Amino acid sequence: MSKFTKKKSSELPAVNTASLPDIVFMLLFFFMVVTVLRDNDLLVKNILPKADQVEKLKKDRSIYIYAGKPSLRYQEKYGTEGKIQIGDKYTDVTNIKFALTELRAKLRPELQDKVMVALKVDENTNTGLVSDIKQELRELNMLKIIYITTPGNEIEN
Amino acid sequence: MARRATPEVNAGSMADIAFLLLIFFLVTTTIEKDKGIARQLPPNEPANDEQVVIKQKNLFIVNVNKNDQLLVEDDLMDVKDLRQAAIEFLDNGGAPAGSPLYCSYCRGKRSPSSSDNPDKAVISVQNDRLTSYKMYITVQNELVAAYNFLRDRESQRLYGWKFTEVKKAMDEGSFKGNEIDTQEKLENIQKLYPLKLSEAQPKKQGQ
Repeated sequence: MSKFTKKKSSELPAVNTASLPDIVFMLLFFFMVVTVLRDNDLLVKNILPKADQVEKLKKDRSIYIYAGKPSLRYQEKYGTEGKIQIGDKYTDVTNIKFALTELRAKLRPELQDKVMVALKVDENTNTGLVSDIKQELRELNMLKIIYITTPGNEIEN
Repeated sequence: MARRATPEVNAGSMADIAFLLLIFFLVTTTIEKDKGIARQLPPNEPANDEQVVIKQKNLFIVNVNKNDQLLVEDDLMDVKDLRQAAIEFLDNGGAPAGSPLYCSYCRGKRSPSSSDNPDKAVISVQNDRLTSYKMYITVQNELVAAYNFLRDRESQRLYGWKFTEVKKAMDEGSFKGNEIDTQEKLENIQKLYPLKLSEAQPKKQGQ
């Protein structure tokens, strides 16, 4: 038989899957890099208000404060009044200073005086609670704050 | 001696393992894209004895009550009109031509009963303690939007680009070009329309 006659096989050749692991690994590394494991559980309802005139948050120098009504499963115990959460526990207004100072100490030393406080406040909270927090922040001299919002516009929809 | 070929490791299950890991990370990923309205709080200083006098016409008072209704300069107003009203106030440029306060770049009505120039104009927001946070953010958003609109307009006129777009690119580090020069231009624009938002302590009547 001649060397150049095509081998005739009735079967379809199998798709070569040798590069599949490479593709999957690539995806895997992408997700590994972008993943941020959630470090604190939300104890409060947290539906953020919408805004579109926003700036990006620099994550390495920020401290989060959550506020809102306690989540459904905690409402029996803590009621439905607006509450403040720092780290993973409820904090009283009088205790904010202590909790924040503690959190600030965990930041990189060179960024500690550039600290930015990110306020994640539920849209149905009273402004009074927010201004209490702001007053505490002023006393602590953490003057840079950012109200975290979701993209969108409250007026259009 | 004939070298015996080492048997190859079966890599067939590699894909499965990788998939498993991939799915784990897919599920746990929360790509956080926190964005928001940045603000600088006033420093906590003991009450100053000398009162800063701001002329009534240079003050734009936005009052939000506990039912989320808006009172702007003593008139009831809908939130969607707030942006335009703020733009008109800031861009008024009421100081007469020739006076040191004259605003050459303003395109407003130049009404003598509204603000002298953008540098003098102060927007004061007053909340009730029971105002909802949603409303508060909406009002803040509209006021920042008014400033951004005017800054965009001026940077378009002076430099041919939009203030907000370039600032965003600078913040994200994706800006291409002369950064120092552009930073200076950004500051120039900010000087033309400085953000002067004042917040009064919320009134306690709602409690």
